[in-house]
Amino acid sequence: MRSLLKHREIWLAAAIALLVAFVAFRFPAFARPGNLLSVFNNYTILIILALGQMAVILTRSIDLSMASNLAFTGMVVAMINAAYPAIPIPLLIVLAMAVGTTLGAFNGALVWKLGIPSIVVTLGTLTVFRGATFVISGGAWVNADKMSPAFIALQRGSFLELPVLAWFAVVTIAVFYIVMTRTALGRSIYAIGVNPTASVYAGIDVGRTKFLAFCMSGLVAGLCGYLWVSRYVIASTEVANGYELQIIAACVIGGVSIAGGIGSVGGAVLGALFLAIIGSALPVINVSPFWQLAISGSAIILAVVLNTRGEKRKGRIILKRAAA
Amino acid sequence: MTTTDLASAAGRGRHLPDRLDRPWGSALLSWEMLLVVVAVAIFILNSLASPYFLNAWSLSDLTFNFVEKGLIALAMALLIISGEIDLSVAAIIALASTIMGMAVQAGVGTPGLVLIGLGVGLVCGAFNGGLVTRLGLPSIVVTIGTMSLFRGISYIILGDQAYRGYPESFAFFGQGYVWWVISFEIVLFVLMAVVFWFLLHRTSFGRTVFAIGNNPIAAAFSGVRVERVKFILFCLTGLMAGVASILLTSRLGSTRPSIAQGYELEVITMVVLGGVSILGGSGSIVGVVLAAIIMGLVTFGLGLLNVPGIVMSIFIGLLLIVVIALPILWQRFRAARAG
Repeated sequence: MRSLLKHREIWLAAAIALLVAFVAFRFPAFARPGNLLSVFNNYTILIILALGQMAVILTRSIDLSMASNLAFTGMVVAMINAAYPAIPIPLLIVLAMAVGTTLGAFNGALVWKLGIPSIVVTLGTLTVFRGATFVISGGAWVNADKMSPAFIALQRGSFLELPVLAWFAVVTIAVFYIVMTRTALGRSIYAIGVNPTASVYAGIDVGRTKFLAFCMSGLVAGLCGYLWVSRYVIASTEVANGYELQIIAACVIGGVSIAGGIGSVGGAVLGALFLAIIGSALPVINVSPFWQLAISGSAIILAVVLNTRGEKRKGRIILKRAAA
Repeated sequence: MTTTDLASAAGRGRHLPDRLDRPWGSALLSWEMLLVVVAVAIFILNSLASPYFLNAWSLSDLTFNFVEKGLIALAMALLIISGEIDLSVAAIIALASTIMGMAVQAGVGTPGLVLIGLGVGLVCGAFNGGLVTRLGLPSIVVTIGTMSLFRGISYIILGDQAYRGYPESFAFFGQGYVWWVISFEIVLFVLMAVVFWFLLHRTSFGRTVFAIGNNPIAAAFSGVRVERVKFILFCLTGLMAGVASILLTSRLGSTRPSIAQGYELEVITMVVLGGVSILGGSGSIVGVVLAAIIMGLVTFGLGLLNVPGIVMSIFIGLLLIVVIALPILWQRFRAARAG
């Protein structure tokens, strides 16, 4: 099992390397470390979001509201920054994570306490959060000239030759790796995804674990709210509209099983990177941007086909599946 | 055998309240009663809030708010009852509309356009169904993929342009009236609602749909050809998306690649609000029709009050959560009193 997972990630990494090699063949500058770094930097937000989504999907749930959470949180911190520029940025980032976690906890509480399926809850909050973004802003945008210089500059700086934005991803990946592989919470998340009934007998509180997974996805969505708004220097109701499916796509390409229990931090990161390379490479090799959607759609389908084939090889029998 | 996947994604382990799991009868009736009460309440609120609401033309306009999505919701209800889902319906609308637009440029007349619209919908649905049933993939993921794929093809064909120049007779589908203020769209919706009601609640096909949703393995052992039924349901959903595409394209009189953006979530909201369990196995067409009408009433009423579209979505989202949560809270309350 362990080696199979590793195997799949290596496989995906090889596919990404091949993709880079192919693009580099046509356009050598693409493979330069500086350019690859900027591709990573451009898709930092997707990587971070995919990690949060992975935690939720592992528990057999789904969070469709992440992009709306991001838009709402981004608007909140941008408005606070515009009104009180003196508030230090680290405090704002903590605030962003708190707001995001609160929204995630709202989803989680509905799933936990009322037992409403997560797809229904987050379908509702997807529209509620985005509507709320409009209400608090009155539909107005917060533009670059209203944001304080520090608000915009922080993630543009660099530390140890790596952009600060990329550091956010590195730290998030490290934190998620530790949480998922070295803590009781991580083990519970995997356990309830693999077999919720057995988990109950093992003393795991399934509802509470799901709640915590939703808090995790809310937390990273909140963090990305700040990152997105300060990166693109605009906060509006339209921020990240429709992005929720990109996030899920990154997870799926990375081998996270939508049926729960299967997936890894490395996989989710690679899945996001795969989308990053496709998104960045197409314009370079002169493919019209109109092709991008169709190509990433095909990539998703192909990835699912390959992943499912991989799962089948484990030789699950039909009655076992029924018991789960 | 992919039924369990969507159910798992939605969080199986804790079902919706018993009320939804119980078979046909008083329990489901009460869900529909709840919807009727909500609909009547919103109707009264609307008529109190705006003097322009209670007149025949206003009420007729209202139907344009939900008919296209409602038609897809009818088929989607069957699909979700069987334990699958289709997130690509809005993209199918876009692709069908784009191909119809191309046909118009080539000089195809109205009957040809209708055939093309239906055909593209059917082919897209069959493509989804084939991937799900032949390769055994989870439908939620497959249709996230085909959603990008179908809309992507529209973008490739159209770029940033729009197709116009539909023949005048084509405008009838989305803009025409059959009798005084009764539009063609609403007549078609009522007709299709009856057809789907009959199909789901009065035929053996409908019973197999419930059986598959309740327990696909038991259904398979009882001789139901599970994969074939699911394939048919995907085709049916695609076909209804094709119908919706014809109506919408005709009503707007133009095609853009961004047409019907976000419709898939509204359609699923209608189905769930209508009392169909997202975990499969239960639901009714009457509920879905009522939910479609409720959503039409809400958006139209708020529109009369000049509430921006994005704020309406708050009401729709809250409505979904509150209506689903209410019976659960009520049940708890009663259990607490009894205990």
